[in-house]
Parts: sequence; C-alpha cells; structure tokens
Amino acid sequence: MPDIKMVVCCKQVADPEAPPTAFKVDSATNKVSLPRDIKPVIGQYDEFAMEAALKIKDKAGGKITVLSLGNNIARDVIKKTLAVGGDELILLEDESFEEGDSWSTAYALAMAIKKIGEYDLIFCGRESSDWDAGQVGLGIAEILAIPALTLARKVEAIDGKARVEQVIPDGYQVTEVSFPAMLTVTSELGNLRYAALKGIMAAAKKQPIVWKPADIGLEPSQVGAAGRRVKLVKLFQPTKEAKCEIVEGESPAEAGANLAIKLRETKII
Amino acid sequence: MAEYKGVLIFGEVTNGKLASITTELLGCGRNFADELKEDLCCLLVSDKTGETAPRDAIVFGADKVYTVEDSLLKEYQGETYIQVVERLAKELSPRVILMGQTPVGRDLAPRLAFRLGTGLSTDCVDISVDSETKLLRQTKPVYGGNAQAIFICDAMPQLVTIRAKTMSPRERDDSRKGEVIPTKIEINMSPIKTKIVEKVKEEVTGIKLEDAPVIVGGGRGIGGPEPFKTTLKELADVLHGAVGASRPPADNGWIPEAMHVGLTGKIVAPEIYIAIAISGASQHIAGCSGSKTIIAINKDPEANIFREANFGVVGRYEEVVPAFTTKLKELLAG
Repeated sequence: MPDIKMVVCCKQVADPEAPPTAFKVDSATNKVSLPRDIKPVIGQYDEFAMEAALKIKDKAGGKITVLSLGNNIARDVIKKTLAVGGDELILLEDESFEEGDSWSTAYALAMAIKKIGEYDLIFCGRESSDWDAGQVGLGIAEILAIPALTLARKVEAIDGKARVEQVIPDGYQVTEVSFPAMLTVTSELGNLRYAALKGIMAAAKKQPIVWKPADIGLEPSQVGAAGRRVKLVKLFQPTKEAKCEIVEGESPAEAGANLAIKLRETKII
Repeated sequence: MAEYKGVLIFGEVTNGKLASITTELLGCGRNFADELKEDLCCLLVSDKTGETAPRDAIVFGADKVYTVEDSLLKEYQGETYIQVVERLAKELSPRVILMGQTPVGRDLAPRLAFRLGTGLSTDCVDISVDSETKLLRQTKPVYGGNAQAIFICDAMPQLVTIRAKTMSPRERDDSRKGEVIPTKIEINMSPIKTKIVEKVKEEVTGIKLEDAPVIVGGGRGIGGPEPFKTTLKELADVLHGAVGASRPPADNGWIPEAMHVGLTGKIVAPEIYIAIAISGASQHIAGCSGSKTIIAINKDPEANIFREANFGVVGRYEEVVPAFTTKLKELLAG
C-alpha cells in the first residue's frame, strides 16, 4: 500500500492553561493579552490531531504535512510539530490572514490543501483553544467536498479507509470512511508525544515553507478580517464578585464537619 | 435576492419526546418571532417523529412544525441530516436558524453554515435583536470561558447554536394552535461515504448527570480512578446525587467520558455542585457555572475554584471529604 498522505492543521494560540487571572482584554482593540512570560502554544486539540496522524504514521507509514495559518507564527512553537515527527511544515503567514473568522480561515486552509494536491486524511482539532468555535474542520471538508467525521478518539487506517471511534453521548461509535476524508480529534485520543532530541535537532535545521494569499490563489480581500462572515462587535470579561465563604476548623476533618453544619444551617442541604 | 423571513429551529427528539434544549430554543425563538412579527418554525427529523413531539413543539411556541421521516434518518449521520436541513433552509429561507449546542448541533451547524455560505456563532449563551439593524447580537464565551465575545452576522440566514440551559422555555400552553406539516425530502445515497459499523455504550450506573440535583465533581487532584468509586461516590450517595469530573480524569481514563463536566463535556446546572480537588479552569467552570450553589474543597487556597464557589474548605480532600460525608449523614438522619 502506498504511503498515506496526511495534512494536520495546527493553530498558534494564547496558552489556554494560563491562570484565568492572567487573561486581560483590551477593549480598544478587542484583543486578549497575556503577560509576556506566558508563551503561545499550539492549540491543545490541534496537538491531539497531530498525535492521531503520528499514530497512523507509526503503524502504516506515511507523510505528514503540517499547515498553520496566522501572522508572526513563532518558529520555536510551531516547529514542535516537526520535532515529534511531522515531515513538512507550511505556514500561511501574512498580515492579511489576521483576525479571520471560521469562514475565512477554513477557506484559506482548504485552498492551501488544494495546492498541496494529494491527501488521504486531513486532521483538525475539534475546536481551537481560543475562539472555541469548532467550525474550521467541517468547513474545510465542505469546501473540498469530502466526507467529515468529528470527535475522533481513535483512528486507524485500513485498506484505503479510516476506521474511526467517535465520541457520542454515553459511549462511542465506530465509523468507517473512505479516503480522502477530514477528521476532527478530541482529547481522549491522548496527549501529543514528547519530541526526542534527534527530532528536535532535525527540526531546527528544517525551514518552513511560507505561502502568501497569492500563492494559494486568493486576494487579500478574501482572507483574514476582510473575508469574515461574522463580525466581532465586542470582546469583554464578565465581572465577577468574589463571594466564597471559607469554612474553617482546627483540622481539615473538622472543617469538613463544619461545612456540613454550615450547609444545614443555611438550608442548602 | 430571496427574502429572508421568520425563525427556524432545528428540533431534537429523544425517546419520542421533545428534547429539553428544543423547548429552550422554542422559548427564545418565540421572543424573536414576536419581536420581528414573523413565524416561528420548527424542524423535526427522525425515522419516526410520532405525534407527541410535533404537538409539543406547538405547545411550547412554534407556529409551524415540519416533520421529515425516513428510515435513513433513524441515527444521526452528518451526511444524511445535512441534506434535509439544507433543503428546508433553502426552501423556507428563514432570517434566523437556531440549533442546540448538542452533539448533533455541533456537527450539523458548521456543515450547514458552509453549505449556505453564511456565518455561524456556536455555543451562544445570550442573544438579542439589535433594535436598529434587526440583526442578532450573538454572545458566546471564548478563550475557554476567560472572555466573552459579541458577534453580528449580516449574511443570511443568521445561524447560531445555543448552549443548553441558558434560555428559558415558555410555560406549556395546550391551547396554542399551530400547523404540523409532514415533509418528504429524498435522501440521496450517492454522496454518502461514511458508514457506522457499531455503537458501544459505556454504562454509567446511578443517576444521570443531567438529571442529578447534586453533583460531586472530582478533578486532577483526586489522583486516580479509585476515589471516584469510594470517597466521592459515598458523598454523592448521601445526597442522592451523581459523580462527575473535570477533563483531566476523563482524559486519563479514570472515569468514562459521559461523566465529564465542562465546555467539551456535559453542561450541567444542579442545585448543588461540589467541586473536589478541581482547580477551576475556565473550561470546567463553563460546564457547571449554572449550578445554584457551588462548594469547593481544595488544598490550594489560591485555586481559581474559590473565585467561583459560594462555600469552600481549604484542605486535603482525603481528610475533609470523609468527615464532611459522616457529618452530613448524621445531620440528615437527625
């Protein structure tokens, strides 16, 4: 069987694991900012998508092309995908790609995948770790007119088909789909593996390929903020008042017992 | 250009009954329809939609209910369902389409948005009609719940999915009149490239999370699968509640995914939510912030969960929880 050709879409995001108190919204620009010492990361679900592709490469062999869209993409962050076993890195990187919505992002990614040409499986995270929309993967599939399966927790490639375990309420279902197909991956698939030193050194020598809108046949007016269907009116942080009553005791056990008494007194229980 | 009019709801039916999210959508859709002075339509898709669910859609606010029945629609499959909603959306050309942020809605709404060439806001928690433009202001949590964004879409139809338990259903009104319109839509099998081979149920014993008045949730700090079956379970039993968890226990396989409470798990709103050894990441809070009372037990006094909780105890859960459970038992027996 010929090698399986895979494309994994990865997005650089503000670290979602940063403490909630670190997130600040600048209401003038409608942008979120984090302190400088908190580095951007690859979206957590995109990392699971990368791991899904690597698992197939482990077993069946194949080539993994990583695709990322944005501007000022930190090379040391995105190159992690090469260090863990990605073969090629293509960046859609330009000022005009900034501030897109699900529509303009999916459209540009789909055009890039068309330019890549040959593909069997496209992997995306179930949603981005910043806008939490969960649309881009399905959007790419619609634009390329290929089948899509969401919420994969396990993926195997068998005879030109993918066998996918999809999370459903109260369990999972096994679904088969012929190539080419788009799969979105969820957290139960498992964490992205650590890079070996050899991989990190090899990745350091590789240079990403950079494509501008014109390279994928698009005008700047079709991408990023200019290509949006949905407009961001306002970004804000809902105000919250601290109201927690801490119940104490001589020991943790006594505090536990006092908590029960407190809840009873206040008629909560 | 076609004229866009009315509000369409994609309804969901479970065990022959209208799903609670659908009554919530009908409540919110009715308000828009009244404000716009246009019809509220509801689409029900199944192998058998029955009589109860379509009737209830009217009772809870719909003017017209389109029912599409086909044996091919018994189970949800993106490739078949999209054909039905795309056809009906094009025929009715509604101004607004509302879906639930449910397993089906998450899969179906983006497909529909891209087919219709319109925008979509998923997981909205608040929606209002802008008085000037008559467009929907769509509010959704972003950055894992660390911020909220308001969107407007001027492409038609305006498509949104709505988070469960954020909208109020109307009171049942059995005298409401409406029309049920059985609709035949031919499913084309030639583009179907996916095949469901089997479904596996992962049994969760006891009360379902969605129905539990009390939920005892455990986090990463629980440390392994065992305490979910002992320490946490015993507390839940005393309060006739259910055990849940944040994402790390689910990802580590300590508990089945069906017990996962959070942005990407279940959204719950019990009377009491007891968060044990849960740090309170925004993505977990998104799943339980609708709870009436939140109680936190955590050894870290700086844990974010204390910013969300009404009552808290700082201490190791291994010591706090058994004493809490014992005292509760005593108080409830007395």
